[in-house]
Amino acid sequence: MSSPNPSAPDSRTAILGRLRAAGDSGPLPALDTAVLERRQWDPAERVTRLRKGMEAVHTEFLDAKSDTWPAVIRVFCEREGLKNLLYGPTSEAGSALAAAWAPEGPQLKPYDRPVEAFKQELFGDIDAGFTGTVGGVAETGGLLLMPGPAEPRLMSLVPPVHIALLRASTIQDSFWSAVKALGWGRALPPNALMISGPSKTADIEQTLAYGVHGPKRLIVVLVDDLK
Amino acid sequence: MNGTKPKKVYFYGTCLVDLFFPDAGMAGIQLLRRAGVEVVFPEGQTCCGQPAFNCGYWEEARDVARTQVALFPEDLPVILPSGSCAGMMKVHYPELFHGQPDEAKVRAFSARVYELTQFLVDVLDVKLQDLGEPVKVTWHSSCHAVRDLGLKGEPQALIGQLSNVELAPLAREYECCGFGGTFSVRHPEVSGAMVADKIADATATGASVVLSTDGGCLMNVNGALEAKSSKLKVQHIAEFLWERTRAR
Amino acid sequence: MHAEKEIHFRDAAAKALLDPQLRANFRRAMDGLIAKRLAQFPDPRDLQDLRDLSTAIRSRSLLCLPELLEQLEASCAKNGIKVHWAETCEQANQLILGILQAKGAKTLVKGKSMVSEEMHLNAFLESKGIEALESDLGEYIIQLDGETPSHIIMPAIHKNKDQIARQFSQKIKDAKYTEDVDELTAMARKVLRQKFLDADAGLSGVNFAVAETGTLCLVENEGNGRMSTHVPPLHIAVMGLEKVVARLEDVAPLYAILTRSATGQAVSTYFNLITGPRGEGEKDGPQEVHLVILDNGRSRIYADPQLRATLRCIRCGACMNHCPVYTRVGGHAYEAVYPGPIGKILTPQMEGVGVRHDLIHGSSLCGACGEVCPVEIPIPEILVRLRREATHEDMGSTVVGKGTGRTASEDWAWRLWAGVLKRPALYRVATWFATRFGKALPASAPLIRNWTQSRTKPVPARRSLSERMRAEGVSHE
Repeated sequence: MSSPNPSAPDSRTAILGRLRAAGDSGPLPALDTAVLERRQWDPAERVTRLRKGMEAVHTEFLDAKSDTWPAVIRVFCEREGLKNLLYGPTSEAGSALAAAWAPEGPQLKPYDRPVEAFKQELFGDIDAGFTGTVGGVAETGGLLLMPGPAEPRLMSLVPPVHIALLRASTIQDSFWSAVKALGWGRALPPNALMISGPSKTADIEQTLAYGVHGPKRLIVVLVDDLK
Repeated sequence: MNGTKPKKVYFYGTCLVDLFFPDAGMAGIQLLRRAGVEVVFPEGQTCCGQPAFNCGYWEEARDVARTQVALFPEDLPVILPSGSCAGMMKVHYPELFHGQPDEAKVRAFSARVYELTQFLVDVLDVKLQDLGEPVKVTWHSSCHAVRDLGLKGEPQALIGQLSNVELAPLAREYECCGFGGTFSVRHPEVSGAMVADKIADATATGASVVLSTDGGCLMNVNGALEAKSSKLKVQHIAEFLWERTRAR
Repeated sequence: MHAEKEIHFRDAAAKALLDPQLRANFRRAMDGLIAKRLAQFPDPRDLQDLRDLSTAIRSRSLLCLPELLEQLEASCAKNGIKVHWAETCEQANQLILGILQAKGAKTLVKGKSMVSEEMHLNAFLESKGIEALESDLGEYIIQLDGETPSHIIMPAIHKNKDQIARQFSQKIKDAKYTEDVDELTAMARKVLRQKFLDADAGLSGVNFAVAETGTLCLVENEGNGRMSTHVPPLHIAVMGLEKVVARLEDVAPLYAILTRSATGQAVSTYFNLITGPRGEGEKDGPQEVHLVILDNGRSRIYADPQLRATLRCIRCGACMNHCPVYTRVGGHAYEAVYPGPIGKILTPQMEGVGVRHDLIHGSSLCGACGEVCPVEIPIPEILVRLRREATHEDMGSTVVGKGTGRTASEDWAWRLWAGVLKRPALYRVATWFATRFGKALPASAPLIRNWTQSRTKPVPARRSLSERMRAEGVSHE
């Protein structure tokens, strides 16, 4: 990769030089995180809070058990008349879904090629995308996702419907505690994110409109695995 | 004050009360006296220095502030019938005198400064008996009383003690009336729009009097109401409280 | 030594005040945002604790700024993100042009970035034959009309839906006229989806950059930020050099207070953490990610211990939502990239306190901005400081244009003011005259004329309080 920035080394030196010349002024203030630590709930309350927070921003929930969730997704796809569902064939959730999927009816479409060979189809012909999650956030409501080779980034963004699998036991108290629990503070994949609902905007007269650029609907398949 | 009520206080009139609302100053003094406090009113009071301070002319502000601090040598509370002037003396004097040879002296002075209603409620815990006719009022909180001094409803608590007074909530009570000292003449259009909205909100309450604890706000809101020939009046809270509770 | 080409906020503000539609649009929007923010902070203790923590985090970041920037650069490099440094907007624009040209990119789709507004990047790229298209709905709306944002979070807040409906029907191909917000949104979606699909490059801002992990954090609701940063093969991020924080853990409270303060949301739709380009085995994501770190006067602001607090800003916009001046005149009257209270302290520091002297005085110092600021920037105090700087060149500071707002008449006025008020005997004479003859001052006298635009002339009482207390003759000391 060529470096098209002729003045960069000088700028860098000059900027850092000016910042250093300013010197620090005073000791580092202490960080009192008590307000974050107060955010704690028991596992059942976490589920309730997450659901309430996400439903408030138009996320829809489907209840499922550890052995019924593929069927729940299928029923949903059939009911909504979705002709296909994008999935990651090598991801844990994706392969479990595929194993339970009947060949007739809504088609499972694997995201198994680089996007360059798939862009037109992805933007034009996919009705819904299915992803797993690595957790949820109780305080505000939110799903935590770590896209990667098995579950590409655009699965949760481009299709008009995003179906996400969430296991109740993985819901954390807050984003802060999730960062610690998932070890995100030490190492992160090229992309990780939190999603709380379908894409929305209030840019026209503060009127909420859903589905502006990303998915118009977010469906959380909530697996009750607390007992 | 260590729980004991002081027997003697200083009163600082402030320039706007001195010149435009002397009745409010007199009323404040009477309220203090009735609570059993001796009031000392030192001669030589002019202005706290806020206009120059806010405009960035700190040397001029300091010159004036020094002469004022010197009027209050004894370790007595200094009571002001104005939120913004009290804010200036209590909160901004330490800034103004930061690094000056007399900083410590000024800081000690600042620590003794109180806004009148704050002192009546928090220190003197005064009890009022309403002797007036039924009336509906509304309250305009001064920005500096709330944000600089941290008033927490003391004026409203005093009004609440008056059995014949109905306090109508003012929409956007915490929004500035548009005075802002020199702002009102440097940016008269914006300032005028702010006070126009304020008097519209005040009129909508159906009250007959707007009360406040700040000379600047009173002058501004009063001027705007008069320009509209409004029936709504403004009054300094001290004057209102004194008029309604003094034996006739 | 007067500042040249002073920009008069008063004139633009006065003009804006004459537009009832604009005033209604802002009043309604700001009232709504104030109520929504308040609902997010039901417990004052939680709010104060969160503000204190956020302030401490931002202060710590600034204290270690050069080290954190170097750490960020090293972490990014390890992750495959190429870091560039720009002292000026011109340099930043050239850097971005260079990156785009190296890839042969002709179209750029943009997520929302105030720093790119600061750089006037769109106009620059257009002049070089590269299409730069805004994809945030609000930014898209104003770009269609060649306007600038009137709010840092809600750029099209000055427009109502009738205006947008007319605009879409005229400017979007095959669009029919509708005032239905869902239909308008769907029109924009259709246009922009194709643009995301076709774009050669994407550009975004950065809400927080994490030094330890080399992560760029983006907060958004629409998904256009993710589209811009994940769909095109090239992603360029631009950030002001103050945006860095030490650890991802530090981002959690900042994010929590940002969305609540900005739009009264507990959480945004997306919180996107970008730590590298397309990784080994990944099927999508950009092949290249570049980060441009912009100074543009920030290191000069940084040099001043008091003014440095300006750089704590996390760009939530709460100060403008709560500002009684902004609410009435809207963002364009500021004639600056950053409007409202934060703009009132940032713009003069970037452009000069002399040319922006009128703006620095366009505040009643009511303190509403400082009260709601999630990182406790003392905006009113900084305004007063800048007022000092504007009229005094001898403060020993690094402030641009210091002393250039000074006028002989104002100097003289304050000297006279102090001359009278520090001499009680003189003051006594002056008030004696005022109480006896104050009525006679004509309403058309300078300054009084401004006051009486909206008010009656104040008339001094017949006897001052001091005079009455003297007459009382008791308790004097």
